[in-house]
Amino acid sequence: MVKRKSYSKNKPTGLADGFYYGGIVLYAFLILFGLIVILPYLWMLTMSLKPVKEIFSPPYLFPVHFQLKNYFEAWNAAPFARFYFNTAVMTVFIVAGQVIFSAMAAYAFVRLKFPGREILFLIFLSTMMVPFHVTLIPSYLIVLRLGWLDTFKALIVPRLVSAFGIFLLRQYFLTIPAELDHAASMDGCSKLGILWRIIIPLSMPALSALAIFSFLFAWNDFLWPLVVTNSPLMRTIQLGLAMFQGKYGTRWNYLMAGTVTASIPAIAAFLIGQRRFIEGITLTGLKG
Amino acid sequence: MKKSSDIPVAMICLLPSIIIFGLFNIFPVLYSGYLGLNRWDGLKRTIEFIGIQNYRDIIKSIEFWNSMKVTFYYMVGITFFGIAAGLIIALLLNRKFPGQTIFRTIYFTPVITSTIAAAIVWKYLFDPGSGYINTFLRFFRVPGPGWLTSPTWAMPVIITMGVWKRLGFNMVIYLAGLQSISPEYYEVAQVDGAGSIVRFFRITLPLISPITGMLVIMSVIDSFLVFDQIFVMTNGGPLHSTDVIGLLLYRNAFRYFKLGYSSAIGMIIFMVIFIITFLQRRFLSSGEKALW
Repeated sequence: MVKRKSYSKNKPTGLADGFYYGGIVLYAFLILFGLIVILPYLWMLTMSLKPVKEIFSPPYLFPVHFQLKNYFEAWNAAPFARFYFNTAVMTVFIVAGQVIFSAMAAYAFVRLKFPGREILFLIFLSTMMVPFHVTLIPSYLIVLRLGWLDTFKALIVPRLVSAFGIFLLRQYFLTIPAELDHAASMDGCSKLGILWRIIIPLSMPALSALAIFSFLFAWNDFLWPLVVTNSPLMRTIQLGLAMFQGKYGTRWNYLMAGTVTASIPAIAAFLIGQRRFIEGITLTGLKG
Repeated sequence: MKKSSDIPVAMICLLPSIIIFGLFNIFPVLYSGYLGLNRWDGLKRTIEFIGIQNYRDIIKSIEFWNSMKVTFYYMVGITFFGIAAGLIIALLLNRKFPGQTIFRTIYFTPVITSTIAAAIVWKYLFDPGSGYINTFLRFFRVPGPGWLTSPTWAMPVIITMGVWKRLGFNMVIYLAGLQSISPEYYEVAQVDGAGSIVRFFRITLPLISPITGMLVIMSVIDSFLVFDQIFVMTNGGPLHSTDVIGLLLYRNAFRYFKLGYSSAIGMIIFMVIFIITFLQRRFLSSGEKALW
C-alpha cells in the first residue's frame, strides 16, 4: 500500500495516489503542465517587449533588450484609447444592468407570489440554450430598424439582462431564511425595501461573483460588437485588436503589446475576484 | 401581517428582463423560424416565401456538410482531450498541499483570457517562420509544417488551443465533484485491499460520471458556438478545413446577406442543440442520484 505524506490526508482519489510517491512526482507533473499552460503568456510578454529589429531573429524566452516603446507605438498605431473607452463604457453598463436586473428578477422568482411564476422562470432559463445562430440575425435586424447601429445602445441594451445571472442569484437567494423578510415586513418594510435592505446586503458574495462574470463576458465579447458596429470609432477593444491583427499581421511585437493591453483588465478582474468567481461556477455548474 | 398582492411588485421586478429577453431572445427564435422559410437576399425590401426550399438547399450543400464535419472534428477533439486533461489535473490538485491555489489559478487563467488575444498569441506561436514552435523544431533539425496554413494541421492546432482554453473550467467542476465524494468509500475499499488503480476505476470514475456527462454536453454545445477563435486564427481556411458552422452562418448572413438561408442554418443548429440538451436532461436525471 502506498504510504502517503502527512499533508495528503484528505481524500485519496485512487489514480492520483499512484502518482503520489513523496509528492515529488505530483509537483513535477503540476509544474510541467503548469508551464505548458503559462508559456503562451510568457511568450506574449517577451514578444511585446522586443525591439523591432529582433522580431525575426531566433526567439528567446526572456527579452534580452527590454523596450516599452512597442506599447506606445501600438497605442498610437490604432485608436486604442478610444477602443478602451468604448469597452469601458459598455462594460460598466452591462455589469450594472445584469447585476441589478438579475437581482430584481431573482427576487421575484424566489419571494413573490404571482401567477405563471414557474413557467416564466422556465422560459427565462431556456433562453440560455438558445444559440447565437438563431438570435444573431433577428437581433441585428431589430437594432438596424431602431437605428441603433454604431451606437452604445446597440452594444449595451440587448445584453442588459442575463439568464445565467438570474439563475445564479436565485440559487443564492433561496439560502436566505424567509424569517428575515417576515421580520422586516412586520417593521413596515415594503417588498422592494426587503430586496434592497435585506436580500442585497446578504448576497454580496453572489452579487460580486455575477459582477465578475458580467465583466469578463462584456470585456471579452466579440461577435455581437462585430455585427453591430462598423465605424472604427465605435469598436471595442477586442474588435480593435482583431482589426489591428489584420493590418499589422507581421509586426508581432506591436501586436503582442496590443494583446497584453487588451487582456490585462479581464485577467486582473479574475485574479482579484477569483474565489467568488470559482464559487459561482460550482454553484451553477453543478446544480444546473 | 397585511396580506397585499405581490403582483405589482413582481411586474416591476420582471419587466426589464421580460422586455429584453422577449425582444432579443424569444422573438428572434420565432423570427428566425419565419425567415428560414423565405428568400431574402441582400438588404432588399422584397422577401419571398419559398417554404422549405432553404432547408433543401442546405441539405444539398457541400459547404454545409463540410462545416458539420469540421465542427464534429473540433467537437471530438476538445471534448475528449479537454475532459481528460481537466480530470487528470483535478485529480492531481485534489488534496491540500502548499501552492495548490497557485496551480489552480494558473490552469484557470486561459478560461477567462480574451479569446481574441489568446488566438493571436497562438497564431504567433505556430507561425511557420518566426514562431516559437517551428524555431524549437528547427533546433532539433525537424522541419515544422506550416501549421495554420496547412489543411492537415490547422484543425489540430485550433483544437490544442481549445483544450488549453477550457481545461481549467473542466478542472474546477471536477474538483468540486471530487470533493463531494465521501472519503468512506475509499477507506472501505482500502480495507478490502483495492489498489489505487482499482479504486480510481471502481469508485472515483463511476461517482463522477454525472459530471463527466455534463461536461461532455457542455463541450459539445460549445463546439457549435465556437467562432472568435477560428475567425482570428484561420477564418475557416485553408481550403475550408476549419470552416465551422458558426463561420459558415456568419459569412452567409453578413458577407453575402443571404438572411433567409442563414436563418435556416441557424434553425438547424438550434434544433440539434435542443435535442442534445433534452437528452442531457434525461441523462442527468437518471445519473444525478448517484452523487446527490
